[in-house]
Amino acid sequence: MLQLTRWKIALVVISTLLSVVFSLPNVLPASTLAKLPPAFAQRLNLGLDLQGGSYLLLEVDTAALQRETLNNLIEDVRRELQSEQIAFTDLAQANGAVTVRITDPAQAPAAYTALNGLAQPLAGAATGRDLLVSRADQVVTLRPAPEATQAAAGRAVDQSIEIIRRRIDELGTREPSIVRQGTNRVVVQAPGESDPERLKRVIGQTAKLTFQMVDDTVPADQLAAGRVPPQSELLPQPDNPAEPQVLVQRRIVVSGDMLVSANASFDQFGKPVVAFRFNSQGGRRFGDTTSQNVGRRFAIVLDGKVISAPVIQTAITGGSGQISGNFTTETANDLALLLRAGALPAPLRVEEQRTVGAELGADAVKAGQLSTLVGSIAIVAFMIATYGFLFGGISIIALVVNGLMIVAAMSITQATLTLPGIAGLILTLAVAIDANVLIYERMREEAKAGRSIVASMNAGFSRAMLTIIDANVTALAAAAIMFIFGAGPVRGFAWTLSIGVFTSVFTAVMVSQVILAWWLRAARPKKLPIV
Amino acid sequence: MWPLIKLLPAKTNFKYVKFAPVSGVISLLLVIGSLVAAIWMPGLNFGIDFRGGTVLELSTPGRAVDLGRAREAMGRLGLGDVQVQAFGDATAAQVRFQTPPSREPAEVVANVRDTLTRELGQDVRFTRADVVGPKVSGELFQSGLMALGLAIALMLVYIWFRFEFRFGVGAVAGLFHDVILTFGLIAVTQLEFSLTSIAGILTVIGYSMNDTVVVFDRIRENLVKYKKMSMGELIDLSVNETFSRTMITGPTAIMALIALMIFGGETLFGFSVILTFGLIVGTYSSIFVGAPLLILFEKHRGKGQAEAEAKPAVERP
Repeated sequence: MLQLTRWKIALVVISTLLSVVFSLPNVLPASTLAKLPPAFAQRLNLGLDLQGGSYLLLEVDTAALQRETLNNLIEDVRRELQSEQIAFTDLAQANGAVTVRITDPAQAPAAYTALNGLAQPLAGAATGRDLLVSRADQVVTLRPAPEATQAAAGRAVDQSIEIIRRRIDELGTREPSIVRQGTNRVVVQAPGESDPERLKRVIGQTAKLTFQMVDDTVPADQLAAGRVPPQSELLPQPDNPAEPQVLVQRRIVVSGDMLVSANASFDQFGKPVVAFRFNSQGGRRFGDTTSQNVGRRFAIVLDGKVISAPVIQTAITGGSGQISGNFTTETANDLALLLRAGALPAPLRVEEQRTVGAELGADAVKAGQLSTLVGSIAIVAFMIATYGFLFGGISIIALVVNGLMIVAAMSITQATLTLPGIAGLILTLAVAIDANVLIYERMREEAKAGRSIVASMNAGFSRAMLTIIDANVTALAAAAIMFIFGAGPVRGFAWTLSIGVFTSVFTAVMVSQVILAWWLRAARPKKLPIV
Repeated sequence: MWPLIKLLPAKTNFKYVKFAPVSGVISLLLVIGSLVAAIWMPGLNFGIDFRGGTVLELSTPGRAVDLGRAREAMGRLGLGDVQVQAFGDATAAQVRFQTPPSREPAEVVANVRDTLTRELGQDVRFTRADVVGPKVSGELFQSGLMALGLAIALMLVYIWFRFEFRFGVGAVAGLFHDVILTFGLIAVTQLEFSLTSIAGILTVIGYSMNDTVVVFDRIRENLVKYKKMSMGELIDLSVNETFSRTMITGPTAIMALIALMIFGGETLFGFSVILTFGLIVGTYSSIFVGAPLLILFEKHRGKGQAEAEAKPAVERP
């Protein structure tokens, strides 16, 4: 076992040199790094808990999406039947389907044919249609096909990711990571964002903007009695205590998807507003509506809440305008950003959020460094006290190489180093020592049993080897499970632990072996120095 | 040459097996106590990872956080279960609360931040904010339990594969002993039971097995070497032979973990307590729980011996 074969020396020397090369970027100044080829300039990838930042797990509310699909379907059915001049009642949605009752039984087949025309072929499938239309006597039922619903949900998640990306890019967050998780979840990781609440506000808001006419036909006393006409709805106006609720017509005059630009600006009184510009279609519609309704009020509605409900002074035909409300410069900026990036296809819910301030992250790095340093010093002192400068020293060289290899491996793979990961590193160093201890103790035993120094050293390595492997496989199994099931910081811990298992076995067995074999050949000792 | 520190005489000769009945009773009592503590009284202190809710950490640089005032202000918000406590030194505090299901978590957090900023001064800094929704917390809990179960199962498969059945029984007993006692510690100290704790317990499982394997490996080796020796003597011999290793590795790891406990900050404190405790318990159990259990199989020794050893799981060089 203790032969100094050429491949062993080569393996140890080359892997040690590579470790030095690849861990070096972590101590080089950034200016030097910029000159190096990128493959040799990778530093440790610090987790959000170490560099500060936000982790958000968002869920796309597909149920809301479905409700909206059905609402649109109701409007389609109404339009279709009206254009065919078919009288109907009880148009409503229930149990994921839309039902309508045709008043005249004679017209029912015609209504069925007309409504059947609403169904479209399924995208990406040879057969099948997105709507299942059925008729029982006078009642026609329209049910969205499950495949279509699923495809719509999938599209909504994809679109959400795209829109989140646009919004975050506009915020100027560096290197955000936005990935899909499962079927309807999105994970956003943004390092270094100083204000996580703002990030959450900007990401989580649906930002569905509509312009709707205020319904002023209902007197206030009737409204108070809860009499809301079917074509109108009562929406809250949170920023106006004088008028907490506004009755608006359901019909949407213009919506946010017809905007071509939106910017934060100031009105003539110096108050922050959002200035916008419609595309030609939106501009025309807005112009027509405003010219017909001078003196009446329209409501600017964002995500079901009225921002403001101004009176139309003159026809606005230029296709541009401004939204005033109770804005600060920041909220005006955010709204403009949201309008530019577009509305989310479905509401997003924040299911999980983890935010660490950059300062706390820096403190954690310091704490991690300090405890690693103190832990290492303790290990070094203990090993030298137990095994002397020679054998203790050799195990420490192995330990240092081990540390370098872990840092290099983590840097190359760009695995994330988290705070628990640092704990894993310290534990790895302590357990790495175990391999050396097993070998040395075995050597001691063999020497005491009366074997020659070479024989006992050989036996030490070969006998301890099996125990070392057995013992480390269990650690590796535990780490693998943590990696599969763990989230975030725990994964980082598992990864560090796994890398550590491999490097510590390699260094304890190979590195110490080569050094010891070399010493054996050079010094030709008569007696094992640790006995 | 420097005189090496010898913690132990060159050859120890403790009679571990003699203590096995005593240690067995102690272990059994501890296991029962831990189960009671973890399941019933006082129970595990579930963190927001598994319970859902919000944790905010804040600091007021240069002065102590007025905890009383913060508590009072939080109480007025009507959030139900609210905890305000010092975190690390006096200038930092941790606030935890459950968001009522009817309210939007993001709004509640914003509201809490505004309130605390008003009460504690404009210079208050929010250093950490964790929000876990009820759906995710349920999933995290499930996957946490699954990870623990799977880890234990995988260890058993490995032991079964590498050793004989009787070793498996000893290893299982030791493993459950260590895991249950660690749960007991978490319950008794009311350390937060979180994802990180699960990682800690998984590491304890790994280390406990590591230690058991070292002892068992030696027993297996000696079984071949000393065919006439009784199982009790054999276990004593094997544990004594590996004891010097235990007494070097154990303290080394514990020293490193204590460094972590002292300097690692509040976040890693609980984690390092769990690891340290698990390390000690793991070492104890391989000597006093796992190994003595092998005696139960002693009567098979001799008769089934030739057969059992005819195919040792590993060929020794």
